[in-house]
Amino acid sequence: MATTRAEVDAILIGVGLVGAILGRELTRAGLRVVGLERGAPRHTVPDFQGPQMHDELRYATRKALMQDNTRETYTFRHTIKDTALPIRRWASFLPGTGLGGSMVHWNGQTFRFQDHDFQQYSHTVARYGKKFIQPDVTIQDWGVTAAELEPHFDRFEYLLGTSGKAGNIKGKKIPGGNIFEDPRSREYPTPPQKEPYGSAIFRKAAEGLGYHAYPQPSCNLSQPYTNPEGLTLNTCTFCGYCERFACEHFAKSTPQTVLLPLLLNDSKFELRTGCQVLHINVDNSGKTATGVTYVDASGKEIELRASLIIVGAYATNNARLLLLSKIGAPYDPETNKGVVGRNYAYQTMSYPQVFYDESININPFMRSGANGTMIADFAGDNFDHGSLGFIGGAYIGEIMTNGRPIGFHPTPPGTPSWGVKWKQAVVRHYNHTSTINVHGSSVATRWNYLDLDPTYKDAWGLPLLRMTFDFPENDIRMSAYCTQKTIEIGKQMGGKLVTGSPRKRPYDITEYQTTHNTGGTIMGADPSTSVVNRYLQSWDVPNVFVIGASNFPQNASYNPTDTVGALAYWSADAIVTKYLKSPGPLMNK
Amino acid sequence: MEKISRRSFLQGAGVAAAAIVAPACDRGTQQLATQRTRYAFFTADEAAFIEAAVERLIPADETGPGALDADVPVFIDRQLAGAWGAGADLYRSGPWRSGKPEQGYQLPFTPAELFRNALRAIGEDLRKAERGSFAKLKAEDQDAYLRTLESKSRDLGGVPSNVFFESLLEITIEGFFSDPVYGGNKNMIGWKLIGFPGAYANFYEFVDQHGIAFKRPPMSLSQDASGTVHLHPVTAPRGAAKETDAKSK
Repeated sequence: MATTRAEVDAILIGVGLVGAILGRELTRAGLRVVGLERGAPRHTVPDFQGPQMHDELRYATRKALMQDNTRETYTFRHTIKDTALPIRRWASFLPGTGLGGSMVHWNGQTFRFQDHDFQQYSHTVARYGKKFIQPDVTIQDWGVTAAELEPHFDRFEYLLGTSGKAGNIKGKKIPGGNIFEDPRSREYPTPPQKEPYGSAIFRKAAEGLGYHAYPQPSCNLSQPYTNPEGLTLNTCTFCGYCERFACEHFAKSTPQTVLLPLLLNDSKFELRTGCQVLHINVDNSGKTATGVTYVDASGKEIELRASLIIVGAYATNNARLLLLSKIGAPYDPETNKGVVGRNYAYQTMSYPQVFYDESININPFMRSGANGTMIADFAGDNFDHGSLGFIGGAYIGEIMTNGRPIGFHPTPPGTPSWGVKWKQAVVRHYNHTSTINVHGSSVATRWNYLDLDPTYKDAWGLPLLRMTFDFPENDIRMSAYCTQKTIEIGKQMGGKLVTGSPRKRPYDITEYQTTHNTGGTIMGADPSTSVVNRYLQSWDVPNVFVIGASNFPQNASYNPTDTVGALAYWSADAIVTKYLKSPGPLMNK
Repeated sequence: MEKISRRSFLQGAGVAAAAIVAPACDRGTQQLATQRTRYAFFTADEAAFIEAAVERLIPADETGPGALDADVPVFIDRQLAGAWGAGADLYRSGPWRSGKPEQGYQLPFTPAELFRNALRAIGEDLRKAERGSFAKLKAEDQDAYLRTLESKSRDLGGVPSNVFFESLLEITIEGFFSDPVYGGNKNMIGWKLIGFPGAYANFYEFVDQHGIAFKRPPMSLSQDASGTVHLHPVTAPRGAAKETDAKSK
């Protein structure tokens, strides 16, 4: 039987980005908070130190920082007609685990979604008409605007110390920044990082074609920075071990570097690691959560009671936890009813490559996670889609992150995959190749969704999450268009050969693409098509707030973390200024 | 499986080592290393196959030494003998069903079991065909045999031959390019070949020297260049959070 412990004011499920922000805001508001983290307590010193951190095999190939898939993975299938099978080894996406969550191993790419992303349904209907949206595409509005989120984006970026160049301050467009962005209230906290060689070549080519090149906004900092919490970060050294790794230099903005030292010192906060939450407990009314049941590191099952529950695990795990807790109606694609698991979306990637002459030393190992130069001319709805037959788009950039050779040893098409010719091609091209990212959006559809698997279980005997996903026709067309535009830029970059093909079906979980899994607990204005309201509060159980990329009704062209951080501050603000004064639903059903 | 004496095994390995074209110093050390090698996982027959096969996958040639010189078989042996070989990164609950290729690996075998089953079946296959040890075949015949494994899904003790081949190629590349602390990439041969600097941590001064030829020798995890432990630049005192934005300096 579960042991009952004394009640606390609030429980955080997961102590990553969302947990750290909510923990800080709720303790500041006077609440006693317990953070439940399934993984290990991890700190820059001693856990992330060099040179041991610079180990490609351990961290990038064998994925040492990721969710323990031997105990808890997902099952995957393309369509409801297929049988889902477990993802037995991580590849396509890499959820993290442990204190700091996936933000420990992120690259630091820090983008605001645009207002037309937040209003994607109504914006598309207004500009192109309802018929422009393909059948079964279930995009919808988020229930918030970019203007409402701006102060929260601003706060989050100043917490992180993001290095970038504004393209629009209070409505004034600024050349050299992203001129497509919505107005921001002020410049980035720190200037852009240095521009690597391949990125400079891309800039020249893109500008020559009339596009608006700008430095990628980065949380690998360009200079030392002290954030409003009083924590200082260092300058990034371009070591080439960023994504999939933790930073030993205090140069990447993570919960460890921007918040946790304060939170962990706060007497109102208690961190419990090695604690796997099994489910949220709901009372007989079905409308109030009483706490959670978790298994601690020694295997003991414990019930912890609290009046407020913050679900801040990885996106897909947020959806699974609600399904296991029976909070919200599970989505059923056949009836098109229910909400939890609905609108799972991803990212539609392609990677053209430019092969240069041997006189061009690209030095791919001198890179940071979020450096480089890009354009947003083909992101979201920044271009006219009228004659194109799809919605969404991609940012395009020479934003290479590393030259780690197990993963990066490019060869031109037609090269054998082993033997003398392969080896000679690797030697010839390793230091003379640029990869260009085409980072495409992902629409939601009726048939891409998450639910509980009927067969496979985790180490605690609970059903795994089942992912049903393949790339929608809309996104296949988007990728074809944006990849072609990228190849045109690549041809202006002075290479001998430009290669690359757009994303095609079927989705392959054995190929790394991105760790940008979105949806499943989406936000919105209508309880029949969303799990949480605009403040990320459960429609069904109002003392449960669910926060993360699981809130995205569909995914935009940009990386998700900045928008997750802004949503976390937006929700925290609503909890502190509205909910705590009068606990109950913040929106009427 | 074909029984071969320690002596003939060494002769086989010698043939493979002699076939390479490499700088004299590399060749010399390679022959010594092979003779001294102690494998924790591989039997002598298995080792003879692996040594010969990895050298066909990444051969020594005029660009430099190959997988055998880099001790890739030692890397593979240690991986298979250790936690990874025992399935440390695999979800291992049934039921076991075959799926689409895009659903990923679905066999019940750990990497160690996969290699053992496949290598046993390969040995039997060669013996039945009276072709002798793989290591003794001519290089072009070795290539042809590997191509057969790669292009077909012949049953190797429950392991489709293309799955075994992909696993072998993948782990060979890992052994050629991973840090030498894992037993392969000996003397950082793989890194020197392509100009990868290894665990080196700071390119801040070089990144904007566009096109610079970076000539510094690579660094392994076993070399801690500075011995530095990084400290958080400022440890904020308890409760010292400021409400106002600090200007970056």
